[in-house]
Amino acid sequence: MKNPRWIYAALTTAAAGATVLVAVLLMNIRDRKIEGRVSYVEVVHLTEDSLDPADWGRNFPHEYDSFQRTKEMAPTRYGGSVPFSRLDRDPRLKRIFAGYAFALDYKEDRGHAYSLQDQDETRRTKERPQPGSCLQCHASILPAYRKAGGGDVMKGFELVSSMPFAEARKLVDRPVGCLECHDPATMKLRVTRPAFLRGIRALKKSEGVEDYDPNTMASRQEMRTYVCAQCHVEYYFAGEHKIVTYPWAKGLKAEQIEAYYDEAAFSDWKHGETGAAVLKAQHPEFETHSQGPHARAGVACADCHMPFERKGAVKVTDHHVRSPLLSVERSCGTCHPAGGAEMKARAESIQDRHAALLARAEDALLALYDEIRAARAAGASDAALEGALKLQRKAQWRVDFVSAENSMGFHAPQESARVLAEAIDYARQGQIVAARAAIPAAKRRG
Amino acid sequence: MFRVWAFALAALAGAAVGLAGYTFVYAKGYSYFSNDPEACANCHVMRQFRDSWQRSSHHAYAVCNDCHTPHAVVPKYFAKAQNGWNHSLHFTLADYPQPIRIRTRNAGVLEENCLRCHGEAAGAAAGLHCIACHAGIGHGR
Repeated sequence: MKNPRWIYAALTTAAAGATVLVAVLLMNIRDRKIEGRVSYVEVVHLTEDSLDPADWGRNFPHEYDSFQRTKEMAPTRYGGSVPFSRLDRDPRLKRIFAGYAFALDYKEDRGHAYSLQDQDETRRTKERPQPGSCLQCHASILPAYRKAGGGDVMKGFELVSSMPFAEARKLVDRPVGCLECHDPATMKLRVTRPAFLRGIRALKKSEGVEDYDPNTMASRQEMRTYVCAQCHVEYYFAGEHKIVTYPWAKGLKAEQIEAYYDEAAFSDWKHGETGAAVLKAQHPEFETHSQGPHARAGVACADCHMPFERKGAVKVTDHHVRSPLLSVERSCGTCHPAGGAEMKARAESIQDRHAALLARAEDALLALYDEIRAARAAGASDAALEGALKLQRKAQWRVDFVSAENSMGFHAPQESARVLAEAIDYARQGQIVAARAAIPAAKRRG
Repeated sequence: MFRVWAFALAALAGAAVGLAGYTFVYAKGYSYFSNDPEACANCHVMRQFRDSWQRSSHHAYAVCNDCHTPHAVVPKYFAKAQNGWNHSLHFTLADYPQPIRIRTRNAGVLEENCLRCHGEAAGAAAGLHCIACHAGIGHGR
């Protein structure tokens, strides 16, 4: 009877081990089932004053985890979130922005987590006076607007925008967070930025839609673009109160926005080399994307920049908003089955061609500056150079509209190329006008 | 002494079998023997594919198994067992790729099933799967 006893002991251990494994599997299946059923647990009651993303994170840990990762920095071939100096990488920009704050300091942006810190640290705010307007997009500011306006967000927005930056800065203490895009009661996507609400209303009016309100009239898929378009857009500070304004009343294309600025007789600064009244483009991502093939196909910003990911049994929107080149499989792969390496190669080939075209356009712009300066040196009058300066404004606007846009052409490849072709044409036309202006002056002198 | 061991073992084995049986039922293991698309969507990963199938033109004519498993009984259940093992293993370990992609072997099964119905009408396109062109046929958007 000795052998059987030993065997029984071994069998008992094996059966116990198998039972443990089955129990572990059972518990795992149960966890997944619960995850699949329960959308969230309300640990913290969120309100319009819940500014701290950590509070939201207690109810939505997966989303909060990825949101936290916007602190991470990673480069792509042309952009990414490492704050390299764009002036060092492309020294032409120092001449293009001569006489303007961007010639002091122009860095690649970092992630959402740094939106307020980057604004505090740039020499553009430290060494140049800026209005409170900037904070509309650099801070979690809605409660501050409401408080300043006595309950009226729009009124508070106008008051805070017209304050000096340092004064307005005291009203906020957090970078962009959850409240900007989510209703705290329902988590529904919403747009809150006053300038966006006004801008999109003006745009829709130009398309024949009166009193457009994205929060009640836009589809969910449109909202997945609009929440980003609250800030990733072209803007200017209108009037003496410096109210941040999105110039969309004539449309979103470069020449439509230019026509808006021309009508408003607006310019950002007098160019340091030529004296031309020129415009600074900000970061017209929404405007550019709107002209591209992905927008045409109904693809929203969030589809590529915040792709879905699986955490256990739940589908989570990745709140680590970043370049899709850093998440190609998930960003492109949902629609394009060609594989990550191929999709990255396709995107980067678009960017390489675009970068080459952009460099040509910048060179044309610098050649125009040289020509205007040479004409001035030869004695050409301001009146004689007026045509050349106007052409500089047109060329410069187009180069910057494309250059300041953060996709190196990807958001709308052919539209961006069209705008750059116009830029080169206007710059070379301007050279001809400047050269002609120089000839009679030279003759007079001779 | 022998009796004590025998009773203990019998009890343990019974508990193990009972627990395994309950786990099988709890996980709706029996449903995987059926042709019901809801069985595939038991797994949360498959839900979007069940949903997109419902928006496709083949929705009215074919369920998951019509396209994704062989039709002879033995190869069918072999394919179910093999894929079932892979799917449950990688779902449990959470190490599957995102987005998920059809594997070469399963793509072959799919192609055979296209031709099973459409073989007479389909021309021979060397080196191309049917779905290279008819991409939205089984899963719409």
